Amino acid sequence: MNNAQIAALLDEPACEHNAKSKSGCARPAPGASAGGCCFDGAQIALFPIADVAHIVHGPIGCAGSSWDNRGSKATQMPLFRIGMTTDLTEQDVIMGRGEKRLFHSIKQAIDSHSPAAVFVYATCVTALIGDDLEAVCKAAETRWGVPVVPVDAAGFYGTKNLGNRIAGEAMLRYVVGAAEPPPVPDAARRPGITVHDINLIGEYNIAGELWHVTPLLDELGLRVLCTLSGDARFRDVQAMHHAEANMVVCAKAQVNVARKLRTRYGTPWFEGSFYGIREMNATLRRFAELLGDADLTERTEALIAREEARTHAELAPWRTRLQGKRALLYTGGVKSWSVVSALQDLGLEVVATGTKKSTEEDKARIRELMGEDAHMIEDGNPRGLIETCKRYRADVLIAGGRNLYTALKARIPFLDINQERTVPYAGYAGMAHFARQLALTIESPIWPAVRKPAPWQEQSHG
Amino acid sequence: MAEILKRNKPLSVSPVKVSATSGAALAFLGFDRSLPLLHGAQGCTAFNKIFFVRHFREPIPLQTTALDQISTVMGSDENLIEGLRTVCEKHAPALIGLPTTGLAETQGCDVRRVVRTFVQRHPEFAHVPIVPVDTPDYRGSFERGFALAVDALIEALLPQGTTRRDASTRHVNLLVNAHLTADDLDWLQETVAAFGLEPVTVPDLAASLDGHLDDAEFASVTTGGTAVAALRSAGEALATLVVGASLGPAADRLQALTGVPDARFDHLVGLAATDRLLMWLRSVSGQPVPARLDKQRRRLQDAMLDCHFTLGTSRFAIAAEADLLTGFVDLLGENGGEVVAAVAPAFAPVLERTGCATVKIGDLEDLEMLARDAGAELLIANGHGVESAHRLGVPILQAGFPQWERLGGFQRGWIGYDGARHALFDLANALEAAGRHAASPYRSVFAVEAA
Repeated sequence: MNNAQIAALLDEPACEHNAKSKSGCARPAPGASAGGCCFDGAQIALFPIADVAHIVHGPIGCAGSSWDNRGSKATQMPLFRIGMTTDLTEQDVIMGRGEKRLFHSIKQAIDSHSPAAVFVYATCVTALIGDDLEAVCKAAETRWGVPVVPVDAAGFYGTKNLGNRIAGEAMLRYVVGAAEPPPVPDAARRPGITVHDINLIGEYNIAGELWHVTPLLDELGLRVLCTLSGDARFRDVQAMHHAEANMVVCAKAQVNVARKLRTRYGTPWFEGSFYGIREMNATLRRFAELLGDADLTERTEALIAREEARTHAELAPWRTRLQGKRALLYTGGVKSWSVVSALQDLGLEVVATGTKKSTEEDKARIRELMGEDAHMIEDGNPRGLIETCKRYRADVLIAGGRNLYTALKARIPFLDINQERTVPYAGYAGMAHFARQLALTIESPIWPAVRKPAPWQEQSHG
Repeated sequence: MAEILKRNKPLSVSPVKVSATSGAALAFLGFDRSLPLLHGAQGCTAFNKIFFVRHFREPIPLQTTALDQISTVMGSDENLIEGLRTVCEKHAPALIGLPTTGLAETQGCDVRRVVRTFVQRHPEFAHVPIVPVDTPDYRGSFERGFALAVDALIEALLPQGTTRRDASTRHVNLLVNAHLTADDLDWLQETVAAFGLEPVTVPDLAASLDGHLDDAEFASVTTGGTAVAALRSAGEALATLVVGASLGPAADRLQALTGVPDARFDHLVGLAATDRLLMWLRSVSGQPVPARLDKQRRRLQDAMLDCHFTLGTSRFAIAAEADLLTGFVDLLGENGGEVVAAVAPAFAPVLERTGCATVKIGDLEDLEMLARDAGAELLIANGHGVESAHRLGVPILQAGFPQWERLGGFQRGWIGYDGARHALFDLANALEAAGRHAASPYRSVFAVEAA
């Protein structure tokens, strides 16, 4: 991928950061960066497509330490649970045998796993030595008769976020529009209900949480053509262009996909969240609004009323236990406000929220929820987070797995909100999980046990 | 304070209970060159022998007085005398444990009188201590039988009023219950020794049934364990450490006989219990807690942090004897786990102070029903619980007797900081491997599967 192409991707008019500077995305600071690379972003965005063989073309460092580390779930045994990499050797690099190895790797993947398609991910080394990913993919596709998609997002191209976009771009360029969706099965048709096709972009089905949402969408007659990419199939992506409305779930990741689908196919889109009752309600209403179906609107309101009542009843005991507890939230993008709303729904006070990866619009929403003087944490270095926790007397730190052990070592209750977690929080049903997990974590008897010094020592910790 | 729910059905289905006779036999097996002789029918011994052979994967010395139809009806005195004589002649044991069985007790045999007759008739064997204990299998269970045997040993072997305590003694008696495994006892002995104290363990299964390979190829008596002489000198000890609520009566007797002060622990499972143990050892020995234990404690604390996400949000079912059950309930309690189903095979006073709402006196069928109703996510039970766990669709952590299908289960330690740490990891791993948190897979009604 050349400079101009990268610059074009960085120029994302739908992103609020875009106006801030020429690049749109801040450059990582040497010696003080913690986020993932561009390759990481690309594989995160696409690996959940379950029937695709994902081959990482590079030496072992890239796939070796990162394969099978996400909590994404699928209804079929997903191929991403099998790590595939060309695992280049020094000889491959020196002698220029990378392309050849890749070509045969693609054949091996097709022979052993009969995937619906093969995605090939470039890495720093293969980009540097000049392996022609696109040419190899094209040749392999012609030779073996299976779609082979190059994802040219080598680590040094930029941030994880750029990788997300490149991944989306690859889908738009090579996959979307290649097939029509299958007809709605007769068994799923209900008299008087129009089935509308939608896409969920940037939803990864972490811990299977999308499965708390899909039954409701089914009930409303909203057919999810494609989730990009949680529990998706290759042909779902091929048929994305057919949707009548798109929802961007993780805004920072693939807003470019939604924007281009609108430019290309005129599909309206919105940004929403499945976390928290308020956000779930808003999301369902937005769909009804974009689809302009009066009957759908009516049924949506009925469903919201029912689910709200049920969830409120389910949450009542947890709410009592969580009332007035103080949470410090440190997460990225949409979650910096959508989880705030979920926490407030549960009666917690959010004392501060992290905004390192939030857009200007995200921040506006935070102010809406937490008030004009909401405390936002821009830089979340671990030590600073701990200090902030103590300063604000937070009862719990809610953040990504990277900060988990930092919090635990400081004897601070912690809840993992990011991709590595194993508990589903989305949808109305997820709220109960979220509330239970929060209450039990905060109330755990281990806290006094780990804070108290040994009985034979006198000084006390923190 | 737990509410005790009594047994309320005629049929016991998949019992957790093991007989008091077996428990008594095990206590005797913790003595050196010991041979338990079960007064009952052949089967009483045969079943117990197989039970222990499979659990420990060791040959188990165990003999029988082999009551038959005639001796059962006409009196079994001669069988008992004959049995004692044969055992003494053939195996020259240092100790004969004599647990009775349901058969002998129902028949009404006066074991103590017969033992006196034996000694009169065979003065050549008068030096062999014979310790009878009344353990009909219709009363109590394994843990109780074990405790009764320990009590009987103290009564039989300790001379009256012999407190000749040397002020400088470092000798500490360790009176331990049926559930301390070889690793448990090793840890306990090393820990006591680390405070400059000299432990004498009663009974010491870590020296007999720890699964060691002996130089001798065959032995008809135990090849290690507490020496009879060591128990005889219990009155000279600085203090007695009692592990297991079931040993209360035995501890009472030891104290009454010797006047040695004791400290009693219901169990030593978990952070709090181990803290209390170390504080006691510190005060008895006058020595600081060794750095090694401080390190173990910090590791356990970190393990508690790592595991609390899983354990603190999970529901557990436990079927175990009272002392063991109490230990696990406390371990889970201090880690935020919720015990939603607890079953003990027989009543014991300690159950009333167990930290769960109710304890059912019952069997694995009861446990399964309670566990299913309450949505338990993991089962802690002996090897019989494997099938229950399978039917419940939850993982199991095996603890207690028997563990026939599990290699090494008999050795595994639970007490102290390290025992608790490993238990927490195993519990959390089993729960995580069962994938209990993830949402159930849902495929949209609109989905069309590829051909």
